[in-house]
Amino acid sequence: MNPATAPTMQAPPAPSAATREQPAAALPRLLAGIPASGAMTLEDHLTVHGEMPLTGAHRRRQVREQAATLIDEVQRAGLLGHGGAAFPAATKMRAVASQRRRAIVVINAAEGEPASLKDRTLLEIVPHLVIDGGVLAARAVSADEVIVCACESAHAGIEATTRAIAERDQRASSHAPKVRLTTVPCHYVAGQETALVSHLNGAPARPTFTPPMPFQQGVARRPTLVNNAETLAHLALIARHGASWFRQVGTPTQPGSALVTLAGPVARPGVYEIEHGASLSSLVAAAGGATARLHGVLVGGYAGSWIGAEHLHGLALSNEHLAAHGATFGAGVVLALSELACPVAETARLARWLAGQSTRQCGPCVHGLDALATSVAQLAAGGGADPEGVGQAQAAQRVDRLASLVTRRGACGHPDGAVSVILSAMDAFQAQFADHARHGPCDACARPAELPLPARPVPSGSQRTGLRRQ
Amino acid sequence: MSQRVRVNPIACEAHGMCAELLPERITLDEWGYPLLDEQPLRAAEVEHAIRAARACPTFALLVTRERDAARGGSR
Repeated sequence: MNPATAPTMQAPPAPSAATREQPAAALPRLLAGIPASGAMTLEDHLTVHGEMPLTGAHRRRQVREQAATLIDEVQRAGLLGHGGAAFPAATKMRAVASQRRRAIVVINAAEGEPASLKDRTLLEIVPHLVIDGGVLAARAVSADEVIVCACESAHAGIEATTRAIAERDQRASSHAPKVRLTTVPCHYVAGQETALVSHLNGAPARPTFTPPMPFQQGVARRPTLVNNAETLAHLALIARHGASWFRQVGTPTQPGSALVTLAGPVARPGVYEIEHGASLSSLVAAAGGATARLHGVLVGGYAGSWIGAEHLHGLALSNEHLAAHGATFGAGVVLALSELACPVAETARLARWLAGQSTRQCGPCVHGLDALATSVAQLAAGGGADPEGVGQAQAAQRVDRLASLVTRRGACGHPDGAVSVILSAMDAFQAQFADHARHGPCDACARPAELPLPARPVPSGSQRTGLRRQ
Repeated sequence: MSQRVRVNPIACEAHGMCAELLPERITLDEWGYPLLDEQPLRAAEVEHAIRAARACPTFALLVTRERDAARGGSR
């Protein structure tokens, strides 16, 4: 699905004002009361969610107490990051809050993952909820600036956010942190924390070597809290309704709700809000059901893991349940592959695409992902003139060898993610890979690609030019 | 306090000096980039490790005093 395709929003109508005092545990939460089209205005946002709490205090001590209270509440809520790593939000906030210099909050809606649409959708539809979260996080870590980072191709999100910031500026007090919007190039790795910080510091949006981590020294060398847009939207609701409300849905280890980008052969692909632990079948049913039989599902995006069709029955979308299949919920991507597609050819294309998304800074990533893509292409091309299958066995061994050579050897997690998705495909689609080894390309190989792999620019200035000192 | 070798993979340009000077801990992959044994250095190795770090033309080899638990972000 390309970003031009409008995501289908599924959400019941707005809760009535009467239910607002004691919000129900039911979903939707983030998508509560969204308009039929366009973004929720500030007025509607306040009607649905109420005033933003914790904004009254101006005295230093009061502000400090409120900050500590909010972080404690986020910890009790058990809010985990929704950018992919599921890192505890409170831990990250404490790390920034404990630094001495004045902090900055970055709302990460860069969403370089082409299979994910949730962050741009949030900016498009509920920009005020996202900004609330950023402003509250700024309070919690005593930051005076909030920067919203949107993917430069997310035009509707950029427009809605620009309007939302203007609406808020009209009524903001002088104590409110300054909110501004910045666009980010749309390549795959640009949303990585250090790449985003690098971009905001005027350098190419490429990952940097750590330490220093952004929480120590990020934008303008200040301690920087980089949070995914959805994480902050949840935070805005936790600040209003509290930790125990938050925990009324989800699982004990992964409480709350989550946005999922569902793509593939379903009647209404798009962005859905589910509770953590909801079944895959309930999600597919909410999307009007599957329109084809499936080979499997890719969970977590292009750094995620494939789960074969035989395991989909009863599959629950939480890290706890997905771990049994070697998968994680990641940034909430659920990409179904129809039985009409060839999983081997799709994996070969994905491997080549991921190699192309390297920012070409680290040798093992540059050489390793390229070699991996070549080996997977060999597996897809199959035996042919090699009836003994010797070449195929060698190519498979080479993939394993390259996987271990590449893992944990980049400055960022891109090579690790690429390895994960390739190995999980070879595992989930063993039969199809074996078939290709014996008989070469199948009929489905010639079909158009199902996985969305947009031609996105890799960052300029990314070629290695001679000697660079850190 | 234990010391370990670490490489900045962005700065590393596969000159391979480190593997020459600290073969006990560093070998090279098929493209010439270092594969490190990041277990704590033995006392006798520390001096060699520091020499290897100084010899690196891009200053990509580091001798760290504590393990950097924190790596890159989510991607």
